[in-house]
Amino acid sequence: MESSTSGMPTPDPKHTDFIHSEEFLAELQRRQFRLSVICAASFLTALLALPALNFFLPELMATRVGGFPFNWLLLGVLFFPLVWVISWVFIQRSIALENQEAESARRHAANEAQR
Amino acid sequence: MIAAVDPWIFAFSFITVAATLVMGYWAAGKAKTASDFFVAGRGVSVGWNASAISGEYLSAASFMGVAGTVMSSGYDALWYPVCYACGYLFLLLFIAGPLRRFGAYTIPDFAEGRFDSPLFRKIAVIFVLFIGFFYTMPQMKGAGTTLAYVFKEITWFGTAGLPYWVGVIVVGSVITLNVAIGGMKGITLVQAFQYWLKMFAISAPIFVLISLYGGYGTHLGRNGTGAATTNAIATSVTGLDKEGSTTVVRAALPAVAPDDATWISPFGRLSSKAAKAAKLTTEESRPYALLYTYSLIIALVCGTAGLPHILVRFYTNPDGVAAKRTTMWVMILIGVFYVFPPVFGVMGRNLMPSLYEGIGSKGTDKVVLELPRVINGTWGSILSGITCAGAFAAFMSTFSGLLVSMTGALAHDVYGRILVPDSTPTERMRMFKWCAFGVGGTATVLGCFVERLEINFMVGQAFAIAAASYFPLLFMSVWWRGMTMKGAATGMLTGGVCALSAVVLTNVSDLKLVDLAAFWAAHPLVRILCEQPAIWCVPLAIGLMVVISMMTRSDVPADIRMKMLVLHAPEALGLKQEYVRDHEGH
Repeated sequence: MESSTSGMPTPDPKHTDFIHSEEFLAELQRRQFRLSVICAASFLTALLALPALNFFLPELMATRVGGFPFNWLLLGVLFFPLVWVISWVFIQRSIALENQEAESARRHAANEAQR
Repeated sequence: MIAAVDPWIFAFSFITVAATLVMGYWAAGKAKTASDFFVAGRGVSVGWNASAISGEYLSAASFMGVAGTVMSSGYDALWYPVCYACGYLFLLLFIAGPLRRFGAYTIPDFAEGRFDSPLFRKIAVIFVLFIGFFYTMPQMKGAGTTLAYVFKEITWFGTAGLPYWVGVIVVGSVITLNVAIGGMKGITLVQAFQYWLKMFAISAPIFVLISLYGGYGTHLGRNGTGAATTNAIATSVTGLDKEGSTTVVRAALPAVAPDDATWISPFGRLSSKAAKAAKLTTEESRPYALLYTYSLIIALVCGTAGLPHILVRFYTNPDGVAAKRTTMWVMILIGVFYVFPPVFGVMGRNLMPSLYEGIGSKGTDKVVLELPRVINGTWGSILSGITCAGAFAAFMSTFSGLLVSMTGALAHDVYGRILVPDSTPTERMRMFKWCAFGVGGTATVLGCFVERLEINFMVGQAFAIAAASYFPLLFMSVWWRGMTMKGAATGMLTGGVCALSAVVLTNVSDLKLVDLAAFWAAHPLVRILCEQPAIWCVPLAIGLMVVISMMTRSDVPADIRMKMLVLHAPEALGLKQEYVRDHEGH
């Protein structure tokens, strides 16, 4: 979520290094939010599509698979593994992202110290 | 008196309660400091914490209510277990990590820290207590129902069966004592144990029942066509009772049971109730049922992320990465669990249709407890005893978590921050114990009055209120730096109060305290929006937060950049420590 700073109080001026900069924060939030939204969109598409499919394609969704109506199999059994996959992908990427961010901040701090 | 009780059911239930108490006492010896009491010293490992969160989360509604609702309402009820589990993904994606990095004991801590507003802390405390009490009531209903089932054959002062309120008081007293002695650290161990007990109790009887009476798909396959409604299920069971074999036949479904086609299809009894009351045709009801379904999904998914007793546990992780890993494991643990309760509901419809004729605690809500008894003799008693033990673990663990959360809010926020700000940690710890007795007593008394309300319905209401209050607060505060205290408070209060008013109106009408049947029949859309208010309350809360915050943008905290950095920057950079130092220096 991008934020507007116009009209807001001026940030505390005593920290002027890269880690405390607007640039670092904006990049941090942008990358984290993008990852979360992509994962949420995958999850919500599946979750919200199910009632719509039940509504518009009731016969297809009622097809029997091993005694299970297809919509029952999707919701009562298969939905859980889908969510586990999405959360596993998110956690791996999120931890990698944090490591990159920490590394980038340290590199900038080292460059600033050299200057 | 005890002679009239099934010895297996009594033994398993007694062992569960005794083990809970013993572990509580044992852990109490290790809980010495205030930090131990509130957030378990922040040193709980991912495995323990994930088991404990799952143990706390799998309440009476999950253990008993889901199976009962699936049996009574069919496909529509599947949204409950799925969304209970999937709500955690929202928590993981948007809230878990930042909240833990910010570092605070409770949600009111976060509310005050994010907006530098002691006033907002008070508002947030009210919601912790409010949602908490709403959520303790169904747990108490589960307690009263289960004890009444265990002791159904005794005579209590001339009347048959144990009264509901006795069960509520017994369980309420045991848990209150446990929490007062051990605090959070005491219950972390107990709750982790209780998750695995519940997992065993819900799965082991199902495997036995499936091996005897056919699989999940086979039982679902019996529903679906008109002819199947009266088809008998003939299954041979050998070596389990005195006769050597038993043939189980599905009797004709009682008139009150939904027919097979309605039960197994989406947009059935639960979601199209309002439209049917308005005498709309099946085709006309479908859009209303679709709206109901979406609103229910929003309430359950967003409500999970806003439950105060779950959120407080993220602070017990050592760091943000551990908080994320914990959430992943919680989803796996509860996801596996939630596959099983619907199987009870499906098998109960075929094997025990007489439950449709019971009302409230004597109806489909007790299918998990009663279904193993279709196996005659000792094995049936043993399996029923195991599910009773699981039910005990369910309402006891969730009640413990709620009690800690609510007591923490009172002792830490109301006493430690508002009433006596200069109190010592020892004084706050003593107050924690007293508050535990106060909150536990109040919850027990409230529990005595909800016998006639359905477990799952009450939990759904608590979720709707959490979804419309805490979820927008947390989501927006974490991701939007332009949020002001006035915007946050207005959105949270309006969303929460609107959701609360809507569900109370529905309850008052359903309990026949006010006769609104004619009004609901004339306005099915209004009925759905009151019964499931999340679809309008959540956007309303978020919209108000945005509009009011933009109108009061000069109130954005001066150090907002630092706050957002603490919420989002990797902990390795140490910004949190710097932030705390700066604040202490002010």
